[in-house]
Amino acid sequence: MTFLPLIPATLLVAALATLPLYADGYCLSLSLSLLNYTVLATAWAMFSGPTRYVSLATVAFFGIGAYSVAVLGEVLPWPLVLLIAAAVGGAVALLVGLSTLRLSGVYFVVFTFGLAELIRQLVTWYEVNVTRALGRYVFVDVTQAQIYWQMLALATLVFLTGWLVGRSRLGFALRIIGDDETVAPHVGIDITIVKVALFALSAVFMTLAGAIMAPRWTYIDPAIAFNPMVSFQVLIMALLGGAGRLYGPLLGVIPLTLLFEFLIARFPNHFSIILGLVFLVIVYLVPNGVAGLTARRAAR
Amino acid sequence: MKHGLTGLLAGLLAGAALTALPALAQESVKIGWAISKTGPNAGGATISLIPNYEMWVKEINAAGGLKLGDKRLPITVVEYDDRSSSEEAVRAVERLINQDKVDFLLAPWGTGVNLAVGPVFAKAGYPQLATTAVNERAVELGKRWPNSFWFLGQGSAGAGALVEVLTNLRKDGKIGNTVAMVSVADGFGIDLSSAGRPLIEKAGFKLVYDKSYPVGTQDMAPIVTEVQRANPDVFVAFSYPPDTLGLTEQSRLLGFNPKVFYTGVGTAFPLYKQRFGANAQGVMGIGGWDASRPELQDYFKRHVAFANREPDRWASPITYAALQMLQQAIERVGRVDRAAVVKELQTGSFETIVGTMKMKDNIPTNLWWVGQWQDGEFYGIAPTTNQGARAPLFPKPAWVAQ
Repeated sequence: MTFLPLIPATLLVAALATLPLYADGYCLSLSLSLLNYTVLATAWAMFSGPTRYVSLATVAFFGIGAYSVAVLGEVLPWPLVLLIAAAVGGAVALLVGLSTLRLSGVYFVVFTFGLAELIRQLVTWYEVNVTRALGRYVFVDVTQAQIYWQMLALATLVFLTGWLVGRSRLGFALRIIGDDETVAPHVGIDITIVKVALFALSAVFMTLAGAIMAPRWTYIDPAIAFNPMVSFQVLIMALLGGAGRLYGPLLGVIPLTLLFEFLIARFPNHFSIILGLVFLVIVYLVPNGVAGLTARRAAR
Repeated sequence: MKHGLTGLLAGLLAGAALTALPALAQESVKIGWAISKTGPNAGGATISLIPNYEMWVKEINAAGGLKLGDKRLPITVVEYDDRSSSEEAVRAVERLINQDKVDFLLAPWGTGVNLAVGPVFAKAGYPQLATTAVNERAVELGKRWPNSFWFLGQGSAGAGALVEVLTNLRKDGKIGNTVAMVSVADGFGIDLSSAGRPLIEKAGFKLVYDKSYPVGTQDMAPIVTEVQRANPDVFVAFSYPPDTLGLTEQSRLLGFNPKVFYTGVGTAFPLYKQRFGANAQGVMGIGGWDASRPELQDYFKRHVAFANREPDRWASPITYAALQMLQQAIERVGRVDRAAVVKELQTGSFETIVGTMKMKDNIPTNLWWVGQWQDGEFYGIAPTTNQGARAPLFPKPAWVAQ
């Protein structure tokens, strides 16, 4: 195992950490959005890349994180809130994973989409019938720079974890499952444990991302926290970048986030139409993602 | 860095050349807004905010612009779509402040989005005139962010005004004690029913029916049938526009005609009158203004001429009135000084289409909460202390065949 790639990575993180010292609010906000989607897409690809299980449950965990902060943010110290959020996200993922990872293909996709909706409806039901107030206020004293640093730390952590997993027995087992799920148990892999473990690990990162972002919005209701667009955007970004490699999603996150930003700023009235056209072009021209494209070039 | 990258993208994607706007030395007043042009909030934003914002700008520019000191400066507009997402809205407002360097901002649509952008407005000191946000912490928010103004106030006041109307009717011996209440299981319905429930009971009324239904419920027949069986004198629905129409339609079909019939958001929409015609007569709902004011009637006419449709009778007039306040505050200060404009909005008194407006705790002092369709116009009837409050039309006439 070589640790050489860690040196430029450390320098990069250090450079990024100085951003809030000179960037204006908008630039910081855009960078925060980039980091947020980097965490989500990389965490998504950590599980879905090697196993090829397409999950639309990203926002389920993201929302759990946001709601943990809404419920506990004002009563508990911040690190404890994050810890509890991570624990809740992980526990839900374990529960869900154990009961559903037997599904595969399109059944799994539909189920994960339903999961986000199910959790949203459960939260709504609880708020309507028990607390009798649908929205929750998040008044946590935290500056944008602090949110940015936390997200940067989380992004670093997700890459580090992904890098370590890729080099571990767990990562190897995952790739075998992805290649052939029938062969995997015959070579001694307990596929349920491996899949559930990775599903939960990736869910913890998504939950933490939601928890860190929540104080930005002041007010949270189920529609805001469990917005299905987040799941779709993460999926599109990860697929554009290429889910097979650790750095792949990043190659999708950066161009797409900037593209969204550009379109929304320049064409506020035609955003959806242009976005649809762009997706068509992407799917047609880069079906294997940017990472696949560069790998193919390198192979030539 | 960002400009380089997006510029590159522009070249690659559209092949369109970017025309850089030259920086103007205060030859205009730049006003920006980020609003939901797409997504679930787009319907509300298109009805209540967008036409008013655009009409206001057009009218000011037609008059030569905003009067700053001794010269008039035209308004230029920068607008974005927040896609009904809190996160997008926050970033769009940051873009307006930091990149576009707008002089003033107009508020987005809806409670959630307004609260999301609150800290950004507050940090940069821009006045935030939220005219489409009802929330229970409005007073607290006005203290937390002194630059924020909550023109629709707190929902509990709405429930309070309704109970006032009911109590007065009972005092006159016109209605008995029975109230049936239904509410939509979403922000507005929950807030108002939670506030209304104890008030209704405290006033000595008996809740013979009290249930909520999920957002998007299509079939209102079971609810209306159950309510009808309870045979209440008063029917109260804290509903959203589609449910408001559905509940009214079902009640008409089933011949459920209580003495007081009150529905929530959407009752004050012109659509309600178009859909139900003579059957709108006597229906109460949230909102309403002193519609006998000639200024307000004139505004209705201008709105029809500009947007080709009538404005709603709740959020639209207050939105336009808030813009009038902003204009007067800016012109009184006489320069782009946002702190001074905030101060003026907090303390000044303003002549608007809905009457004289004054703020207390950053909430207007003369809000209307209960309105009623009377002969084709939606009039404010409570709080009864408001100037121009009409007497309620009682009892609600029977449904006619349509």
